[in-house]
Amino acid sequence: MQSQKETKNCTCTCSCNDDTDYYALDEILAEYKDMQGNLIIILQKAQEIYGYLSREVIRHISQVTGYTQAKIYGVATFYTQFRLAPIGKNLIMLCQGTACHVNGSKDIEEAICSELNIQDGETTEDGLFTLNNVACLGCCSLAPVMMISSSEGEETYGKLTKDSVKEILKKIKAEAEK
Amino acid sequence: MRILVGQGSCGIASGAKKTTAELEKQIKDKNLDINVGVTGCIGICYLEPIVDVYDDDNNLTRYVKVQPEMVDEIVEKHLIGGKAVEAYVIPPSGEDFLNKQTRIALKNCGLINPESIDDYIAVGGYSALKKALFEMDGDKICAEISDSNLRGRGGGGFPTGKKWIQVRSQAEPTKYVVCNADEGDPGAFMDRSVMEGDPHRMLEGMIIAGVATGAHEAYIYVRAEYPLAVHRLKIAIEQAEKAGYLGKNILGSNFDFKININLGAGAFVCGEGSALTASIEGNRGMPRVKPPRTVEQGLFGKPTVLNNVETFANVPEIITIGSENYKKIGTEKSSGTKAFALTGNVNNTGLIEVPMGTTLETIIFDLGGGVKNGKEFKAVQIGGPSGGCLTKEHLKLPLDFDSLKKVGAMIGSGGLVVMDEDTCMVSIARFFMNFTQHESCGKCVPCREGTHVMLELLDDIVEGRGTEDTIDTLLDLADTISAASLCGLGKTAPNPVVSTITQFRDEYLAHVVDKVCPTHNCKAFKKVRINPEACKGCSLCKRVCPAEAISGELKNPFVIDSEKCIKCMACIGACKFNAIVVE
Repeated sequence: MQSQKETKNCTCTCSCNDDTDYYALDEILAEYKDMQGNLIIILQKAQEIYGYLSREVIRHISQVTGYTQAKIYGVATFYTQFRLAPIGKNLIMLCQGTACHVNGSKDIEEAICSELNIQDGETTEDGLFTLNNVACLGCCSLAPVMMISSSEGEETYGKLTKDSVKEILKKIKAEAEK
Repeated sequence: MRILVGQGSCGIASGAKKTTAELEKQIKDKNLDINVGVTGCIGICYLEPIVDVYDDDNNLTRYVKVQPEMVDEIVEKHLIGGKAVEAYVIPPSGEDFLNKQTRIALKNCGLINPESIDDYIAVGGYSALKKALFEMDGDKICAEISDSNLRGRGGGGFPTGKKWIQVRSQAEPTKYVVCNADEGDPGAFMDRSVMEGDPHRMLEGMIIAGVATGAHEAYIYVRAEYPLAVHRLKIAIEQAEKAGYLGKNILGSNFDFKININLGAGAFVCGEGSALTASIEGNRGMPRVKPPRTVEQGLFGKPTVLNNVETFANVPEIITIGSENYKKIGTEKSSGTKAFALTGNVNNTGLIEVPMGTTLETIIFDLGGGVKNGKEFKAVQIGGPSGGCLTKEHLKLPLDFDSLKKVGAMIGSGGLVVMDEDTCMVSIARFFMNFTQHESCGKCVPCREGTHVMLELLDDIVEGRGTEDTIDTLLDLADTISAASLCGLGKTAPNPVVSTITQFRDEYLAHVVDKVCPTHNCKAFKKVRINPEACKGCSLCKRVCPAEAISGELKNPFVIDSEKCIKCMACIGACKFNAIVVE
């Protein structure tokens, strides 16, 4: 019989060294398993639980639902909502819609990048922020706009300037340090 | 006395929640018997947060830009003293903004509490459904919608009644109603406002579509980027089920109807009918070849009515007032109203609803209050990434489906982005091309590769590498992409480029021939130099320059080598003496 230690060191790609907790996901799978067109909903719920779709989670979904992993990856990589890597505690969604573009969203992006030292799609080293450019948040009259989503919910910030956006980020950093 | 605070996404982002909390606190502290309610977005987004105070005779005093520190005065003088605080009341221009509109889809937005079905019923809500269920039959409803000339508000302008009749005539017993709430067009937010401000109106329209076509199940495909809209829709569906307007045997009529919500996962192409249904089915949202059309084989292969939020929101009104009365609004071929999201460089930004055929001039100057900061009007981008530009010569053009088509633009979902004299039309075209290139699903080669090459060519132009041939190649590619792509996204992807080249060829030529950007937007044509009189020789700029383009001796003016300069503008941020000049 294999010892616990050996299992952990195993480098194969089967699920033998998977220690993800699937309790919450299994409840979701049980609820949606037989529904028509359930795959996107399951992936959305899974991402809500784990923050992103790991290789293990996708394999588990595949095993329970019978969708091939290729099919699941196909769907997950098609939509911008799905992430295959973990994100920071605060997800900055910076609007790059037309109105925001006309009102200087590129300057705001530069300010965020220089303040946090990351580019679009990246996460800060301390795991506090991830920056994502998004198409349009629908708050065009307050352009330029960003939405910051964290475990506390979503907060929208409008009429941003280079200075105000830096202030907002500094405030969140200070809160996190407390 | 009662109070309503506008809490759409825009109101909340302007601080409406803090204002509400302060109001509630003071009302409680002072033991006043006044109810503070929530309402949706009334559309005057530039004046948010908005607080409406109704007295016992239902007379309205509307306060604008109400920050928490203003609440004290309003409570003391108005709520207790009975005298309005004139300084905070909506200015006449704001009143005008509302009074010059004709509202159908947005009728109740900003006036009722979207989280209360009783509020909706109190203003006549669900009476159209009762009429449809008990006084009409499917054929009659379809005929009424058809007679009204209602056309799809999502952009295409397909006659809604015709679509419903086609679905009704299908022999297949299982049918679906789908509401396209995947408002991905950057610069448009009318659907968000309807869902946040009056979700029951849209649900009622959908149920009536079910009665008309014989469908018993519906899906709302709504963007995940609209969390508040999703939240209010869920509440509305729950309330409608409880009140018997949804579910089994609606109001004892033997008609069953169920509405599901599907969250879009962020793909612009899913606004296209067949891609949207593929997405609800849990697949990659890629369009397919038509026929069969959605009305024959749509969602799960069954006949499907697919309409947009604003279209459904018009349905209850048509049933209530009748097609004859509805047709009196708007133009002959495009009846009714259209909601536009007015944004960009315009004074009054917000959401407006005007009769079809209203001129651009009326919208921008009468409602929008003209261009911001007294600048000159240059162009308006209509219809988002699928649309085109309208210029000064189009100011008198009536906005409806057909007249816009004639000038190479389209209503699209109704985004109107106003641009002033300082906007570079080439970079606007590049902006939209970047968007469509990113959102191309990759199925058709002309769209997948063509938009990519077009984007590279536009990059060439804004970065100073373009020639006159570049412009011709762009137009050539545009033809191919439009002709050879399967779906609307691909077919219309080159529109912004073609339309800006047509209207602003001079500006393109300035970029490629004279190598200047007439509006000084494009970085590549800028020259950065140091003003020797202002420079103190502190060397801060030299230290931040990533290209080692700055040189000089301490305490003497520094210079920038324009050959090496990459125009990152880092020196501007570093200089404490404003010595760096951009020309």
